[in-house]
Amino acid sequence: MPATESNFQRFVEVGRVVLLKSGPQEGHIAVIAEIIDHNRAIIDGPTTGVPRQAFPYRHLTLTPLRLTKLPRAAGSGAIKKALEKEAIVEKWEKSAFAQRRASIAKRRSLTDFQRFVVMVAKKQRADRVHKAVRAAKKA
Amino acid sequence: MARSKDLVPGVGRLSRSQVFARRGLFKGLKKTEKPAAAEVAPTKEVTVGGANNGSKRVVPTQKAPRFYPAEDVRQPKKSRKSPKPTKLRSSITPGTVLILLAGRFAGKRVVFLKQLDSGLLLVTGPYKVNGVPLRRVNQAYVIATSTQVELGDFKVDEKINDAYFAKASSKGKSSAEEEFFAEGKPKAKEAFPESKAADQKAVDSAIIAAVKKTEYLHKYLRASWGLSKGQYPHLLAF
Repeated sequence: MPATESNFQRFVEVGRVVLLKSGPQEGHIAVIAEIIDHNRAIIDGPTTGVPRQAFPYRHLTLTPLRLTKLPRAAGSGAIKKALEKEAIVEKWEKSAFAQRRASIAKRRSLTDFQRFVVMVAKKQRADRVHKAVRAAKKA
Repeated sequence: MARSKDLVPGVGRLSRSQVFARRGLFKGLKKTEKPAAAEVAPTKEVTVGGANNGSKRVVPTQKAPRFYPAEDVRQPKKSRKSPKPTKLRSSITPGTVLILLAGRFAGKRVVFLKQLDSGLLLVTGPYKVNGVPLRRVNQAYVIATSTQVELGDFKVDEKINDAYFAKASSKGKSSAEEEFFAEGKPKAKEAFPESKAADQKAVDSAIIAAVKKTEYLHKYLRASWGLSKGQYPHLLAF
């Protein structure tokens, strides 16, 4: 334990929820069950479709979420219980991080016509905002 | 099958005529019969002047040539290959909105009508929406979008085919130079043929009616397409 607590909040630690950046489960979240060394950890996602496996940190992103009080090297059953108890998946889906990712993915998948409709909608919104601002300034 | 084994890659062991002889295709039944040429007598009698010439002489009907080619001129081989009809990209069906990538109307979004016999695509703006007339385009210069205009059982008139778009054969006498200097004035522009304007209207009326059924589709066709910073066509979904 360091003498003073760090300001840094997001650590590689047992119970940390991580986002996978590569592999067949890319984009899914999982939990660190055990740290192997400076390069890899054992991750597990019994409720998110990620099988228990060793995974390098460079293909993981740490999220702000973590399971409190997860013991080291907990099995899939224990992790599943903890995930459900703390409602991690729901918390993740509600987080700005996940929603931003979802919206980016959605934007990418739009067709040419849908992109055009989005453009028109944005223009309409901007027009209303400008008009409202102008009216507010006059008053 | 292969009678002419390779001597070295690309060079057969047998000549073209040897292969022909061995394949024996000439033995097959002749499918067509040439019309018998009318017999022409090899000689004819002509009257000649001059007292000592007799008055008549037998001469060959066709004069023997005075010169013969000194060198053998090779006959070019007749090709029996014929081009296959162009395959239409599976993403293009009647009513698909296409983005034109080349030519005068590059960047315009148009509606695909049908594929012509030449393999070119028949498209229309519609003209009233974005100024693109009935026009033929090569599918290589086109992006097919997933947007469809519901054309239902609309069929383009059969008369709109490749010949419809052919240029009128030149009107003869007046040369370009003459025309240019005629009275020092640029020549009057020819009016667009009324029948073609009517055809355009007939096709477009059906399409515009279909376009109006979807919100923003009219606006979409009117707008032109382009890439902005950080957009790459291979990463976009159309």
